[in-house]
Amino acid sequence: MDMPLPDASVIARRSRILARLAAALPADALISDPVETRAYECDALTAYRCLPLAVTLPRTTTEVATILRLCHEEGVKVIPRGAGTSLAGGSLPTADAVVLGVARMNAVLETDYPNRFIRVQSGRTNLSVTGAVEADGFFYAPDPSSQLACAIAGNIGMNSGGAHCLKYGVTTNNLLGVTMVTMQGDILQIGGPFLDAGGLDLLGVICGSEGQLGVVTEAWLRILPKPEGARPVLMGFASNEVAGACVSDIIKGGLLPVAIEFMDRPCIEATEAFAHAGYPDCEALLIIEVEGSPAEIDDQLARIKTIAQRHNPVAYRESRSEEEAKRIWLGRKSAFGAMGQMGDYICLDGTIPVSELAHVLRRIGELTASYGLRVANVFHAGDGNMHPLIIFDANKPGDLELAEALGADILRLCVEVGGCLTGEHGVGVEKRDLMHVQFTRDDMEAQLRVKDVFDPDWLLNPAKVFPLDVTASRRVA
Amino acid sequence: MQPDTEAALASLIAGASGKIAVTGGGTRRLDAVAGEPLSTAGLTGITLYEPGALTLVVQAGTPLDVIETTLTTENQRLPFEVPDLRGLLGRSGNSTIGGTVAANASGPRRIQAGACRDSLIGVRFVDGTGTVVKNGGRVMKNVTGIDLVKLMAGSQGRLGVLTEVAFKLLPVPETAATLVLHGLDDATAITALSSALTSPFDVSGAAHWPGHGTFIRIEGFATSVAYRSAELQRRLAGFGTVDAAADDPWPAIRDVAPFHGAAGDVWRLSTTPSQAPALVARLAPRQALYDWGGGLVWLLTDEGFDLRAALGPFAGHATLIRSHSALPTFHPEPAPIAALTRGLRAKFDPRGLFAGAL
Repeated sequence: MDMPLPDASVIARRSRILARLAAALPADALISDPVETRAYECDALTAYRCLPLAVTLPRTTTEVATILRLCHEEGVKVIPRGAGTSLAGGSLPTADAVVLGVARMNAVLETDYPNRFIRVQSGRTNLSVTGAVEADGFFYAPDPSSQLACAIAGNIGMNSGGAHCLKYGVTTNNLLGVTMVTMQGDILQIGGPFLDAGGLDLLGVICGSEGQLGVVTEAWLRILPKPEGARPVLMGFASNEVAGACVSDIIKGGLLPVAIEFMDRPCIEATEAFAHAGYPDCEALLIIEVEGSPAEIDDQLARIKTIAQRHNPVAYRESRSEEEAKRIWLGRKSAFGAMGQMGDYICLDGTIPVSELAHVLRRIGELTASYGLRVANVFHAGDGNMHPLIIFDANKPGDLELAEALGADILRLCVEVGGCLTGEHGVGVEKRDLMHVQFTRDDMEAQLRVKDVFDPDWLLNPAKVFPLDVTASRRVA
Repeated sequence: MQPDTEAALASLIAGASGKIAVTGGGTRRLDAVAGEPLSTAGLTGITLYEPGALTLVVQAGTPLDVIETTLTTENQRLPFEVPDLRGLLGRSGNSTIGGTVAANASGPRRIQAGACRDSLIGVRFVDGTGTVVKNGGRVMKNVTGIDLVKLMAGSQGRLGVLTEVAFKLLPVPETAATLVLHGLDDATAITALSSALTSPFDVSGAAHWPGHGTFIRIEGFATSVAYRSAELQRRLAGFGTVDAAADDPWPAIRDVAPFHGAAGDVWRLSTTPSQAPALVARLAPRQALYDWGGGLVWLLTDEGFDLRAALGPFAGHATLIRSHSALPTFHPEPAPIAALTRGLRAKFDPRGLFAGAL
């Protein structure tokens, strides 16, 4: 993967830039010692690393504005960073850039139950947003797998989803407003505690923009009353096709489970060997969770069972207790850890129309065999967001490149059948060079224009999302 | 001008020498736009409908009723309960799906299922340079690049002409029930609605129609609706007798029927439910209708009454929906937001073909 050469004039002015930042910020808000900045040289895409010019860790919106204004004046690039859990290299630094991490900005600013929102600083972790309201019977719906660690800032940057978004939507459907600082250092409020913000939907553009448009420091988030209860059912099928058809019939049947998770045979075998959840021996497995009162759950599960039986499941297990529910989820939740036992892996994030599921799984199998690698599939079947895990050996020369090439082929396949390159992880640097597969030059140009308006000097999170050849003229300007 | 392909539309716009007045069904546009009329009526038809994937892709000029009829055959629907404003605005004609998207038209179910923009998963449009742009697609989760889908929803035709739109759909629930409380003053009514909306009973409509009642809708499978109705009745007992509504009030609430044919200006106020009753009391309108649990208020006022001036600063905004006065239709934006809006319009429509007041 190529990155642009660092700006020599910025590197040459390093001490002056650091002195200005140090003078403007509290003592502990600036880190420039390479021993300490090493912790910020990559995010969760650890294959790529680069020490930044410096790291700033502000505590207030005003400090964020100070950092951005100063960097703008000096022509210094800025890498916004939440908790650093991006799997797409969304906050990979460059040597001529200052990392701006919001992790210290984690306060709850306002909770309003009658109006059903919470306002938080953007460095707050996803799970701790729910933690702040759950004693009062509420929750924040988007639930990325990394929710214990990932920050709301990154969730907004990547428009994160999770297992339960089939019913509750992704971040953009649960975000009411933000306080954002532009690269020029201007503080804006976009949207607010109300449902309809009026004007152009700038909030919709900011959500998922991967730190290209501004730094979000605060957010108004929609909170929902917690359902009375939830219960999963696990079912096994003789083929991926049958499991896929069952998903489609359940959705057509008017049911709206909160989660439909799909695991294929390699994934089932790996998780069984690792977590011993007692999953059945089958080709494909579904975990479906429904919500409501005990009687409503029984009713929905009865309907699901009727539909599932038409597809002759080889196993059908309804949880009747908290303990059984935990066992059903155990394997799914351990899947990524289990893959780690098999070797190094790349976790892809393509999305496909649900109707193409069986076809895509078959093609992935063929492609994988032709590369001589192994792939296990686990994904959110309700919305077609796939996470094929490509297993390789990082110590074997050429294996990473081989795995990356297979990954690119699988993502091309997703686009070919009507899907997209990324459903929830983002483009970052990881999928940047595949954007041509999904978008024409004109399609990308339209997106670049939005960036031109918010960040005319192209200093925010450089060399991410858009292929370098497409942005070359703007980056030198 | 009525092109019947996207390519023809693109070449018309590329070659345009003056302002263009884009129109779908002519049922929703709020501000008058001067220019050569350009109708999307030639761009019709369902491109793709996959009931098993809850996905619809459709040409922008397709009449809304055609779409609704098609979805009914599979017992599905657009989630956002499109309001029909013809009676309110005194228009005729048939709404198109493109116009619906351009207005981000969202009805009572907004509180549960989201706005039009939340169901919209893909767009194709022609910008002011005549370039065809595609964004999003036909899958529910997509974070590939900058989300222009949301930007186009509610853009009132200012950035480009939509040619194709894609939605995620929902199944039509087995049944629906509406509860009603009578005789509540506005503030108590909103408190009652907030109580319903903060319950776990998944309310899909929450409105207060002064003089008629305070309404709460529940949708789903019959057993579940019966259960949740009973629980809500128990929860709301402190506000008075909770009855099952005799008639379905939601079409009237959705379409602001109480104001049809009534003299005066119509305003649409977006704010938090808690503040709404006090704001309305201060305005003393001829009539008010609260939807979205109180977060959306329709107001009938004297002609020419400057509601924004009377309100002063508040958390929210007000749109002038129907009036003969010279007051601006859309709420003036704070300077930095207005600058971004201007910047985006200048990029997508550099020649200012799609002029308007947004």
